[in-house]
Amino acid sequence: MSPFVLASFSILLLLFSLVLAPIFARRQRLLIYVSFTLAAFSSLTALAAGIWTVGKGSVESYILLLGLPELPFHLRLDPLSGFFLTVIGLLGLFVSIYSIGYVKGILSHRPVTSLVIFYNLFIAGMFMVIVADDAFFFLISWEVMAASSYFLVMFEDERAENRRAAFTYLLIAHVGAIAILLSFGVMAGLATGFESFNGYTFDAMRHAEFPVRWATAAFFLAFFGFAAKAGMIPLHVWLPEAHPVAPSNVSALMSGVMLKTAIYGIIRVTFDLVRIFPWWWGAIVLALGLITAVMGILYAIMQQDLKRLLAYSSVENIGIILIGVSLAMVFSSFQMPVFSALALTASLYHVLNHAMFKGLLFMGAGAVLHATGERNMERMGGLIHKMPWTSAFFLIGCISISALPPFNGFVSEWLTFQAFLLSPAVPSPLLKLLIPLGASLLALTAALAATCFVKAFGMTFLGQWRGHHPQHIHEADGTMKTGMILTAVTCLCLGILPTIVIGWMDTLTEQLTGGRLASTAGEFGWLWLTPISHARASYSAPLIFLIIPAVVSLVYLFLHIRKKAIHRVPLWDCGFQKITTRMQYTGTSFSMPLRRIFGFLFRIREDVRIEAPRHKAFPQKIHYRLRVRDRLWEWFYNPVADASFWLARRVGRLQQGRIQVYLIYSFVTIIILLVLL
Amino acid sequence: MNIIYPAAVEVLQFLILLFAAPVFVGWVRMLKCWFQGRTSAGLLQPHRDIMKLFYKDVVLAENASWIFRFTPYLVFGATAVAGGVIPILSVGLPLSATADIIALVALFTISRFFTALAGLDIGTAFGGMGSSREKTIASLAEPAMLMAIFTVSLVSQSTSLSQMVNVIAHGEFVLRPSLAFALLAFVLITLAETGRIPVDNPATHLELTMIHEAMILEYSGRHLALIEWAGMMKLFLFTALGIASFFPWGIAAAGDIAFLPVTTVLLLFKLILAGIGLVLIETGLAKMRLFRLTEFLGSAFLFATLGLLSYFILE
Repeated sequence: MSPFVLASFSILLLLFSLVLAPIFARRQRLLIYVSFTLAAFSSLTALAAGIWTVGKGSVESYILLLGLPELPFHLRLDPLSGFFLTVIGLLGLFVSIYSIGYVKGILSHRPVTSLVIFYNLFIAGMFMVIVADDAFFFLISWEVMAASSYFLVMFEDERAENRRAAFTYLLIAHVGAIAILLSFGVMAGLATGFESFNGYTFDAMRHAEFPVRWATAAFFLAFFGFAAKAGMIPLHVWLPEAHPVAPSNVSALMSGVMLKTAIYGIIRVTFDLVRIFPWWWGAIVLALGLITAVMGILYAIMQQDLKRLLAYSSVENIGIILIGVSLAMVFSSFQMPVFSALALTASLYHVLNHAMFKGLLFMGAGAVLHATGERNMERMGGLIHKMPWTSAFFLIGCISISALPPFNGFVSEWLTFQAFLLSPAVPSPLLKLLIPLGASLLALTAALAATCFVKAFGMTFLGQWRGHHPQHIHEADGTMKTGMILTAVTCLCLGILPTIVIGWMDTLTEQLTGGRLASTAGEFGWLWLTPISHARASYSAPLIFLIIPAVVSLVYLFLHIRKKAIHRVPLWDCGFQKITTRMQYTGTSFSMPLRRIFGFLFRIREDVRIEAPRHKAFPQKIHYRLRVRDRLWEWFYNPVADASFWLARRVGRLQQGRIQVYLIYSFVTIIILLVLL
Repeated sequence: MNIIYPAAVEVLQFLILLFAAPVFVGWVRMLKCWFQGRTSAGLLQPHRDIMKLFYKDVVLAENASWIFRFTPYLVFGATAVAGGVIPILSVGLPLSATADIIALVALFTISRFFTALAGLDIGTAFGGMGSSREKTIASLAEPAMLMAIFTVSLVSQSTSLSQMVNVIAHGEFVLRPSLAFALLAFVLITLAETGRIPVDNPATHLELTMIHEAMILEYSGRHLALIEWAGMMKLFLFTALGIASFFPWGIAAAGDIAFLPVTTVLLLFKLILAGIGLVLIETGLAKMRLFRLTEFLGSAFLFATLGLLSYFILE
């Protein structure tokens, strides 16, 4: 028994479950139970394999005699893949449990066989990407993952917006895949000097020496290819379209872990395959990461659709992860292994944290959607009274993502700030001055994220119902609650026990950067986190977790010794009379100050039309319309789309539908080829 | 001895925080009255206000959820824990390693996050308005705060508050232009974070310009008392944080019992001066429009960045 056996068992089990689906297609309820239980079980197996691999620091590689002749598949499980296996396994487990209840709710509208099949294939695809050790198998798995998620986004395909979103997603995923393919091509060719095909294994690339120019080309091709999948700005446009329209359990997986496979790709190529790089690669990644983080969260604040807001917030978090990766790259290029280990730990910790809280938030949004049929926050409100459990879990997700101690989001942001604070040690005056400015942008991002999630939680769960017809709203069912509880508890545990997690991740940073963090980070035991040294900075999440509730309960008890009445009365609101629910702050009004301050970054159209039949001083109706759009569409995507349509029309003239003309084309082609060759 | 002494100082510091914070606010209000030619209600008026509120019943909106009732306790708790972290009397206290300055800022963010949620909870226009404005200002103040922290931490190579005090107070005295810029930025941020003029008017009630007050409009009785008390503690703590980062001379070294009386006297002296400074700013300036605040906080950011630049260029 070894971790690798566990991991391959998990993948095989998922592939086997695909065979089951047609057998149970007639009995949908049973299909849901069997299939998602299998998915949960195989995720659990993969999770065990991942934790084991990282904990032991083992490296196992195998050759699978499948694929083309002379080109077998290579598989490998090392601490880096083990870590990502853990992340995917963990969220896969929780979301699969949640899915049982959630997908049963869809059953009343439509059959779910395709959802179930592609869901399992999707998870299997992600596991395969992680264990692949050659370009060939990697790209096959990558496509399995992309195609299955395309069908998941398309699940409710009768709506035009879903088809459009899925198409955009597929298009950008494939542009990215081409870039990745080219990057592997460059590295594989150079690994063997363009002599043989053997360079396609990652092992060959690992041992190759790349000339700087070619290494740069390979890195940036891979980086932009993976960044398109990760949703880095300016390649993010598919993400806010695709994530909201997919079923919520799928959005949780896509946002929580599928984006992370792209981060895996970037780290694999940079730290494992290319290995040696100049500092300015890191600087470019840092700049892009910062832009992604700040713009992502600003877009998120402007949204009214809850799931779109969460999707944009994923863009922001990818930015934060990229910031950590880029700092690790900068430190690595200046031969500072320990600092690099800190930055990489921060980044990977955020990968794990984001998977948890974003998964939780999407599950919560799914429960709300399930209960109310509503995604628009402007028509929600007051759900905390009707859905107490869901609201509590969603709140935990919001607290975690807003980086409030002692929850997990804070740990990784704090570590990222610590990595930023180490930048004055870099021997380059330019970076010394510029990197701190990056830290302030990260602080801006963190603060805006808190604002964004006050809005998300406040508009959805607090206040009073803003919609027209408060229908029958029900709480999430048992399995959905179980999935969310487990995720919420994991968020808390990752937040209060960072020293243990960092100790576990030690083999990982050793493999990638050569630096170790655990001995200094856990110098004073599990209670204190001291990343570089205790004199530099320390943070004790367990103590904060204990002391705040202790003070809170002491004060509570002290004030409740003498019983005092609580009078429940109608709203006071400074004595204003006849308050209606329509007078509440809405999401649009909540984000108005920020929209005004940062409005120049967006294309905003605001129309106010007043209907006043008698006199304009006595309006009867006011129509307000607000459109906030991505400037990138007008600057970049629309011109590109127009140009390609124009080109397609030109090329289309060749097609006339007459067979004689086509025969002439073939004839001319043959003549030209004969003349040339 | 080794454990008892720091623990005793920690408790003493905590008590000072609880009881001196309202007195400090009383001192500021008293000075303000004098400056404006009014008769003041005395140093202890904030104390009396809080006590009065504790004796009153709670009047709660019908649709208030548990968040609304839980927030005052959490705000009080988080602020009190922040008080254990900042070296007000002495460095090296038991709780001082719990959080560094970044985590400390995050502790204040907890209270703000929940206060903003409580403002939205009951679903009034005022509550939402307060939450929205408060979070907007916080978003803009945060980058400036981090730049100031960055500059200060460059000097001591640390974000741990005790370490920062140690390096500046007990090390060799050096005149540092970077710290002067950082101090300027810190003062502007403090005005924004604690809701003083020109950002927010602490004396306002029932005005369309109110920010903090708008969020807590529906609170009454012990809930209001806790929130008000925590607000006073926050002002006190920001002052203490400023003292610890920029004027730490006089804060006792770890285990130095004999020095404590001197520390206390010096602390009193510094607080009196800080109060005078605050009142001078508040009387001299008018409240700004909400959208002018970007310039205000932008200049705080600029000062902090200048501090950073001057560190690299001059020191």
